[in-house]
Amino acid sequence: MNTTSIMIVGVGGQGSLLASRVLGNLLVNEGYDVKVSEVHGMSQRGGSVVTYVRFGDKVASPIIEDGEADFIISFEKLEAARWAKCLKKDGKIIVNTQEIDPMPVITGAAVYPHDILDEITAQGAFVDGLDALSLANEAGSSKAVNIVLMGRLAKYFHIEYDKWIAQIEQLVAPKFVELNKKAFALGFNA
Amino acid sequence: MKKLMIGNEAVARGIYEAGVKVVSSYPGTPSTEITEFSAKYDEMHCEWAPNEKVAMEAAFGASLAGVRSACAMKHVGLNVAADPLFTLSYTGVNGGLLICVADDPGMHSSQNEQDSRHYAIAAKVPMLEPADSAESLFFAKTAFDISEEFDTPVILRMCTRIAHSQSIVELGEREEKTRIAYEKKAGKNIMMPANAKLRHPIVEERTQKLVAFAEDCPFNKVEMGGTELGIITSGTCYQYVKEIFGNSVSVLKLGLVNPLPVKLITEFAAKVNRLVVIEELDGIIETHCKNLGLACEGKDLFTPLGEYSQKSIAKVFGLEEKTGFAPASAIPVRPPVMCAGCPHRGLFYTLSKNKVTVMGDIGCYTLGAQKPLDALDAVLCMGASVSGLHGFNKALGNDEMKTCAVIGDSTFMHSGITGLVNIAYNDSHSLVIILDNSITGMTGHQQNPTTGYNIKGDPAAKIDLEALCRAVGIKRVRVVDPYDLKACDTAIKEELAADEPSVIISRRPCVLLKSVKAKPPVKIDKDKCRSCKMCMKIGCPAISMVDGKAHIDATLCVGCGVCEQLCAFGAIE
Repeated sequence: MNTTSIMIVGVGGQGSLLASRVLGNLLVNEGYDVKVSEVHGMSQRGGSVVTYVRFGDKVASPIIEDGEADFIISFEKLEAARWAKCLKKDGKIIVNTQEIDPMPVITGAAVYPHDILDEITAQGAFVDGLDALSLANEAGSSKAVNIVLMGRLAKYFHIEYDKWIAQIEQLVAPKFVELNKKAFALGFNA
Repeated sequence: MKKLMIGNEAVARGIYEAGVKVVSSYPGTPSTEITEFSAKYDEMHCEWAPNEKVAMEAAFGASLAGVRSACAMKHVGLNVAADPLFTLSYTGVNGGLLICVADDPGMHSSQNEQDSRHYAIAAKVPMLEPADSAESLFFAKTAFDISEEFDTPVILRMCTRIAHSQSIVELGEREEKTRIAYEKKAGKNIMMPANAKLRHPIVEERTQKLVAFAEDCPFNKVEMGGTELGIITSGTCYQYVKEIFGNSVSVLKLGLVNPLPVKLITEFAAKVNRLVVIEELDGIIETHCKNLGLACEGKDLFTPLGEYSQKSIAKVFGLEEKTGFAPASAIPVRPPVMCAGCPHRGLFYTLSKNKVTVMGDIGCYTLGAQKPLDALDAVLCMGASVSGLHGFNKALGNDEMKTCAVIGDSTFMHSGITGLVNIAYNDSHSLVIILDNSITGMTGHQQNPTTGYNIKGDPAAKIDLEALCRAVGIKRVRVVDPYDLKACDTAIKEELAADEPSVIISRRPCVLLKSVKAKPPVKIDKDKCRSCKMCMKIGCPAISMVDGKAHIDATLCVGCGVCEQLCAFGAIE
């Protein structure tokens, strides 16, 4: 079945919800069957969070498993590594290279593996890392990391730039539209 | 109109389109959004009840009065509402009544993974189980027709993957229903023995009628794809089966999961060489098939534990396993944590420091069990902290150990009050700490009777917790600010020493509330920092050690000042 699978991963509270809404609505407007799956509740409290977006002619499973993701969009470096097991051999990882220490690292029980993405690249994975936090700040708010990453995804995607922008205009509060359009452009062109 | 909706929003839409007038629920992941989305439709009265039992009984009353009504809860919430459920089966309904229950296989946000289908069987009521959002809308809407036709409450069983997955739905129109006139029917609605004895045979007859209905209803469907393998499945497992096999195997998809059809299943089984039942959690459909004398496989192949996926099912059938990329280095786990500035932190630190044995409860504050706070000793279910503490203290005698219960404001309203009544009435020298953060936190900020607002955000009657505790017979009731470590320490020490029951209300609003304004982040004076790591003992995600010195993540810190009080060298300000 010709289903495309995208994972959006990060740390609870980073704003992956807006990213999945932009993407989901965009794909529905393009006429695809779409499923977007997320888990609410306890994991949102600073834990590892994952959203699955799948689209095609007819999508069955709402979730993405090992070796099935065409794209992994990660809001944080360690989370990209955690979910790399789900990436297809020819899939792409787009990752905000920001590091957020999980509690075991903060307490000293574990060490943050700073070079972990190199290990995945060495195995042949396509990893596109960018400092989305700086770009978001450049656009006007650290909260725009999600839209910077959507801009980056658009670069690899078959849907026209203007359609993404139209979706952002629809979903974002009017006073933040310009900021988010700038964030999207910065991600796209980075 | 086509719209992308999570299953729970689609259920709300189905409830709305069915012309429902009253929705009463208690929040609980993964069911909460059913009621939150319902409340967006002004044509319905929607509310957060103090607990699931009250919610279901409110729905019963509305049904009795002649309108369509609904309630929603998580799987463990149905335990709380089990009492009305079993007898509602006997009374039946006047206006249609839908009970939505959301199971959580895999325990993403729950303390157990019980299978709610057992309740439908035990209470002898029909249960529907959708497999995507379009079905969630259709099943919820149609459930009211079944409810009224068969004179029974209907349960809609959701699970996490359906409740929280968005898929495309086609919106319909709301059909306003004329209220069915209320008539006094003592034999039907007063469930005392003489009447109930006459109602039970009607329940049994109804089940037989529902079995006949199950043989040929719009919820069950056969999709033939050869005779080699036939799979009987339902809900989210159906999607995994289609993901793996497409149309290459035969599938009997059951949408009405109680009662189960006989003829439909027997005929399907006769058409295939190998029959496999795929169902998450317990082998209920499988047992039914075996009771019918059918040879089938099920739990001998599939685990009763956790969630399934296309991967886990493909593996059982020996299909090729896909793999991705795996770094050799260890990836540190990232468990959920209490937010920076969480008002629970200071209190838990104080309990931990005083080596108090703490009975915990259900909410964000269950995270107090994690290191480094490590503050909890037991967590069972909603309200059990208070009642469990009483029993613990009765077993030990009053002063042998330092013990207390911690319970959130919403959980206290849910089922903590009755435990407190028992403490007062049967006199254990127990200390109950109500963690009043002015909201139902873990499920995503729902109002409750202590907040002063209703589900719509309009002002509502506000429970006075201090007065309530005094009214049940607790003489020692005091309030502390959990950001003030010294005050917490004094209060806890004094109340533990008291020769009578006592309540401490630890009061400060959830830091994530929009009404709570963050203070500027604290700063570390690196010259003053002696690297003693005292500030690390509170497990704040904003504090870490960088190059041997304490470091504050200014984007996370809300300036609560708890760490500042711990630093003996004045390095944090």
